[in-house]
Amino acid sequence: MSNTSFIAPVTLDQALDELAAPDKPAVLAGGTDLWPQWTSSVEPRPAKVLSLHRLEGLRQLTSQGGWLRIGAACTHTQLVNSREVREFSPALAAAAATIGAIQIQNQGTIGGNLANASPAADLPPPLVAAGARLELASRCGTREVDLDRFFEGYRKIDLRADELIIAVRVPKLPPLGREHFRKVGTRRAQAISKVVGSCRLVLSAKGVFTAAGIAFGSVGPTVIRCTDLEQWLIGRRPDLETAEEAERMTRETLRPIDDLRSSADYRKHVAGRLVFRWVQDQPDPAAP
Amino acid sequence: MMTESISTASPSMITRRWIINGEERTLRFSPLTRLLDLLREEEGLNSLKEGCGEGECGACSVMIDDQVRLTCLIMAAQLDHGARILTAEGLTHNDLGDRLQRAFGEGGAVQCGYCTPGVLIGSYTLLQANPAPSPEQVRAALAGNLCRCTGYTKILEAVTVAAAVEEVTGAAAAAEKVKEHTP
Repeated sequence: MSNTSFIAPVTLDQALDELAAPDKPAVLAGGTDLWPQWTSSVEPRPAKVLSLHRLEGLRQLTSQGGWLRIGAACTHTQLVNSREVREFSPALAAAAATIGAIQIQNQGTIGGNLANASPAADLPPPLVAAGARLELASRCGTREVDLDRFFEGYRKIDLRADELIIAVRVPKLPPLGREHFRKVGTRRAQAISKVVGSCRLVLSAKGVFTAAGIAFGSVGPTVIRCTDLEQWLIGRRPDLETAEEAERMTRETLRPIDDLRSSADYRKHVAGRLVFRWVQDQPDPAAP
Repeated sequence: MMTESISTASPSMITRRWIINGEERTLRFSPLTRLLDLLREEEGLNSLKEGCGEGECGACSVMIDDQVRLTCLIMAAQLDHGARILTAEGLTHNDLGDRLQRAFGEGGAVQCGYCTPGVLIGSYTLLQANPAPSPEQVRAALAGNLCRCTGYTKILEAVTVAAAVEEVTGAAAAAEKVKEHTP
């Protein structure tokens, strides 16, 4: 018989008090990543579990001032079905729809996906490419971090023991902006990616890039942002020459490994080809 | 705050009142109990199967408040009072459930049967929300239910048949109504 205790606070303050206590509980959101770890003894079973399921505020989606604030306990299904998510970041909606299958999407949460910090996670690439920020709360207050800085290394995140991810904030896709998302795996559902990538590219009315966000998962210890490429793209046109150089730079940036799901060479090649296509697949600014 | 259990010498228990297959049930369980174990072992709902135990196969699918979920990944305590749980046992004496079961049986969509309860629940959830799904929507809805007898084609056909039967009966009922109102 387990003598684990189960705590399900109804207010955020109560949850943060629990996190500040000396016997820090394991935080349970959807549980789709935690349960397999606990049951297969990858992680020891916790003595105390803090469930977020009664925190209504963590399941809200609200837009304000060009940003969409997504409560950390919103499920992937909520992301897939939200008109606002599709409007603010179509790539994020597309990514959420590729996670596991419907059963997992109904249970797993955006905050859990980020906190679990799998290098193959599907949501970090579109969120990093869009320039998303995280709200982290503790009894000392709330701080915001850029999502790409939140991931510090393999399964290493910028989250103190007394802190909780409470929301993800995503800036709205500008009118001449376009997003792409692609997950390459062995099967359409229930597959962990060989390569997962996303971009947010914004053109000016004159047809040159004014902003670029490009990020890949499953090609490094954590999500990889192609910062050199992003800067290089600014001021350039979405033509063949730009696309070819962007493909080359992508292959240079990524440092994937050979593992059971794929090879390093294949991953670099696929990521490069995706960027080659994305760069050229842009709206015509002259079109009405 | 709801601190439902305190670590003491005696195992701490949690109590929940749920509607399982239309019937109100009160259950007591220890904090780290999986919903799968509780429903199978305590409630005797043997339609739930533990295939992989890690959210890959869909054999333990149930419908909770109109959503299909995996009981191997849910801590029973995460479900609050009033949750409505439907398992394959609850698909009898239920029009849509009957139609699905008939279509599966007649269409040869059942081989060893291990995946069948989960597939039926997934199909039921889909057809309840979308009575006339496209083949692609059926595929997407059942993508998380693995069948190792390689019976997917017949499963997908059976769901389509069950949906079509509804359309036919729906159309017949509509025709009856028109007759009633025609002098």
